[in-house]
Amino acid sequence: MTSSTPRRPGPVALAALAVWIGLLVFISLWVADQSLRWLPVQASNAAPLVDGLFSFETGVGTFVFLGVISVMGWVMLVHRAEKYDESDADPIEGNTRLEVIWTAIPFVLVMAIAWYAIQVSTELGVLGPMEHIHLRDAGEQQGGYPGDRLPAEQVEVVARQWSWEFRYPAQNVSSTELHLELDRPITFRLVSEDVLHGFFIPAFRLKQDVIPGRAIDFSLTPTRLGRYRLRDSQFSGTWFAANQADVVVETAADHAAWLKQAAAAPLQSGLSVASDEYAEHQRNPRGGWPTVVPAPPPQVNVPGSSSLPHDA
Amino acid sequence: MTSTALSPEPPATWRRYFGFSTDAKVIGIQYIVVAFFFFLVGGLLAMIIRGELITPASDLVDRTVYNGLYTMHGTIMLFLFIFPVLNGLNNLLIPTMIGAPDMAFPRLNTAAFWLVPVFGILLIASFFVPSGPATSGWWSYPPVSLQNPLGQLINGEFLWVLAVALSGVSSIMGAVNFVTTILRMRAPGMGFFRMPVFCWTALAAQSLQLIGLPALTGGAVMLLLDLSVGTSFYRPEGGGDPVLYQHFFWFYSHPAVYVIILPVFGIFSELFPVYSRKPLFGYVYVCLASFIIVGLGLIVWVHHMFPSGVTQWMRNLFMVTTMLIAVPTGVKVFAWLGTLWRGKIRLTTPMLFCLGGLFNFVFAGITGVMLATVPIDIHVSNTYFVVGHFHYVIYGAAVMGIFAAIYHWFPKFTGRMPYEGLGKLHFLLTFVGANLNFLPMHPLGLMGMPRRVSSYDPEFAFWNVLASLGAFLLGVSIIPFLLNMISSWARGPRAPHNPWSAIGLEWLLPSPPAEDNFGEHVPTVISRPYGYGSGEPLVEHQAEIERALTLQEANR
Repeated sequence: MTSSTPRRPGPVALAALAVWIGLLVFISLWVADQSLRWLPVQASNAAPLVDGLFSFETGVGTFVFLGVISVMGWVMLVHRAEKYDESDADPIEGNTRLEVIWTAIPFVLVMAIAWYAIQVSTELGVLGPMEHIHLRDAGEQQGGYPGDRLPAEQVEVVARQWSWEFRYPAQNVSSTELHLELDRPITFRLVSEDVLHGFFIPAFRLKQDVIPGRAIDFSLTPTRLGRYRLRDSQFSGTWFAANQADVVVETAADHAAWLKQAAAAPLQSGLSVASDEYAEHQRNPRGGWPTVVPAPPPQVNVPGSSSLPHDA
Repeated sequence: MTSTALSPEPPATWRRYFGFSTDAKVIGIQYIVVAFFFFLVGGLLAMIIRGELITPASDLVDRTVYNGLYTMHGTIMLFLFIFPVLNGLNNLLIPTMIGAPDMAFPRLNTAAFWLVPVFGILLIASFFVPSGPATSGWWSYPPVSLQNPLGQLINGEFLWVLAVALSGVSSIMGAVNFVTTILRMRAPGMGFFRMPVFCWTALAAQSLQLIGLPALTGGAVMLLLDLSVGTSFYRPEGGGDPVLYQHFFWFYSHPAVYVIILPVFGIFSELFPVYSRKPLFGYVYVCLASFIIVGLGLIVWVHHMFPSGVTQWMRNLFMVTTMLIAVPTGVKVFAWLGTLWRGKIRLTTPMLFCLGGLFNFVFAGITGVMLATVPIDIHVSNTYFVVGHFHYVIYGAAVMGIFAAIYHWFPKFTGRMPYEGLGKLHFLLTFVGANLNFLPMHPLGLMGMPRRVSSYDPEFAFWNVLASLGAFLLGVSIIPFLLNMISSWARGPRAPHNPWSAIGLEWLLPSPPAEDNFGEHVPTVISRPYGYGSGEPLVEHQAEIERALTLQEANR
């Protein structure tokens, strides 16, 4: 009752299969192209590289996904048991040649992806931060660098529960809004006063945890004018969600003007949504569990705002 | 021979499910019922989370409450739902599938189970201590997890660490038992390559528990000491290293994902042959792939830490090992497709859950390869992309596989048939709900929405509304399931010993089986599992055993 001779696919079936695969390739290419729109604007030199890799993997992934789904759909349509058919199908136990093929194809595929990803990583020039990490010395531990000790071209980023403070040592400016010069590589020194935080600017496609007890050097190059969001990406407690700041990328002239203006501005309380909400909470308690009290807002020259429209 | 088959049904007193029992079949059902109680608790928390996130502002609950809810949602779902429910399936299936009368260490089994309600109550109790529950996520990364605003000894985080440590003890007890049972108590003739794939995957998963859990437990003990007695293993101000904890945590908690998904692969491998009426394609490769996944699964944990400050060579190394896991996993997916191919597909409720689970799993696998890719991971790690990915794995694939298993083996262990109509409704709501809930999380993550936030920028509102609607649909989807389970167990049609015409030792037992399963008369296995269409019997004297069972059913 079971015939063991395998059916050879006819020319029509093979042609239909080829058309179907062609269609899947076409769809995959289209989805790979579309996938670039799912990401925020590209505002750093890292972004096009990351996006290219993402688009490539989206294309490959779409093809694999649709291929598997096609088989599932086909068997559900064509290989359904007839009503009242209680019999078994042909007992095909396996096929070693197929096993070898479908072990080799994913292997080659993922190794190709890994190779491409290593190329991109290298090109990104985001050197492993470990090579840039040093334990903070006693002076640093006590809250930041004196203006003359941090390399002048660096920006110190101090993460706290819950605010971001940016210090420009050369100009002796501090701010809770990050200003960067277009197309100029910048190195940050990331430090945390309390717990882990994550330095994440989606438009730049870059992210680095900020680790208490370490100072991490982190470099990037902004490539697009605009206003972007910096978000805390490593859970840091009660006001984690509100621990955001704006990043302004501006021309060299604008940046110099901003620094000059900022240096002249008097110190005032910086942006800290957490402090504001906590104060409100003290006036009108609305339940909830005990919380760590927010650090006082840093005293800065430029507080910035949390409600301006941003590009990403 | 026939005396076993004719042995009377165990006394069907429901009270035995509420006491200390050493019968693996009772313990299995206890595990599953307790797990689903906590599933409802964890699900309720998820509903509140999605209620908060349906609008950008933090306006439904206080931020401290939100942080407690998401922490407890993750902790409950992992330690009190998914591990216990899988251990329940292990208890039901391992002894019956290999022809053992019970687990190797029945009293250890009882102790392992009864720890679950104990640490469950400890964890739930943390809602009622003055500090509130733990609020630092199920990772509980220091230093934030060590901040103890009230300074009390008994606080939410303390209870959390205690519960997780006890969960580890319970899981280790379970793992010792499952591994020993599989290695030592198989029926005569059942060599390793005649063992059902579910047992292979259970063996693989439980080996991972034995290797990995000590790291988590040790890490948790140090966290407890830092929290309660002021040591500085992880406190930077005392010279400790907060990143060290992440290594301890992920050395176990990444393999934990395989502890969850491997038995679900086992379920797929059991059910696809039954409902395609074909042998499992490439049985030996599927068995071996599980252990390749174990080996690779132990050397990928740093992929959770790409942005934490690890060197470039480490990033690249762990990217490559992570991607290699796609190869044995692919072998399994292709084996299932090969099983379906030219089969005689029956779209029963368990089969629909398997197909839906496979659909979701393939999607999750693709986003998983993206997450392994260092430059992409740097952008999307700790965003909703990750949340979407692992909910596709855990809910989309694992929970759907578990539902498939429950519908498939329900008749065997309760003696009653579940209702197909309610089951299919349950499938439809689950499949649509899960995709509507978890798919929108991917664009959110790509756009840069961090996970664990209690408020977000307005540009994320659209996808969050969709995700919340999907979550509420998932909430509704559980109703037909509970209705089905309760009503069919109470008054469903009596189940024959083998309602799905499946091949396996468990289907040669009456439904429900006697307390000692085959007792003295364990059949001798003479062929590989999944002999659909081959006409070969699985065991000696199979025809007589089946005839006796049928006769017994006709007379009841």
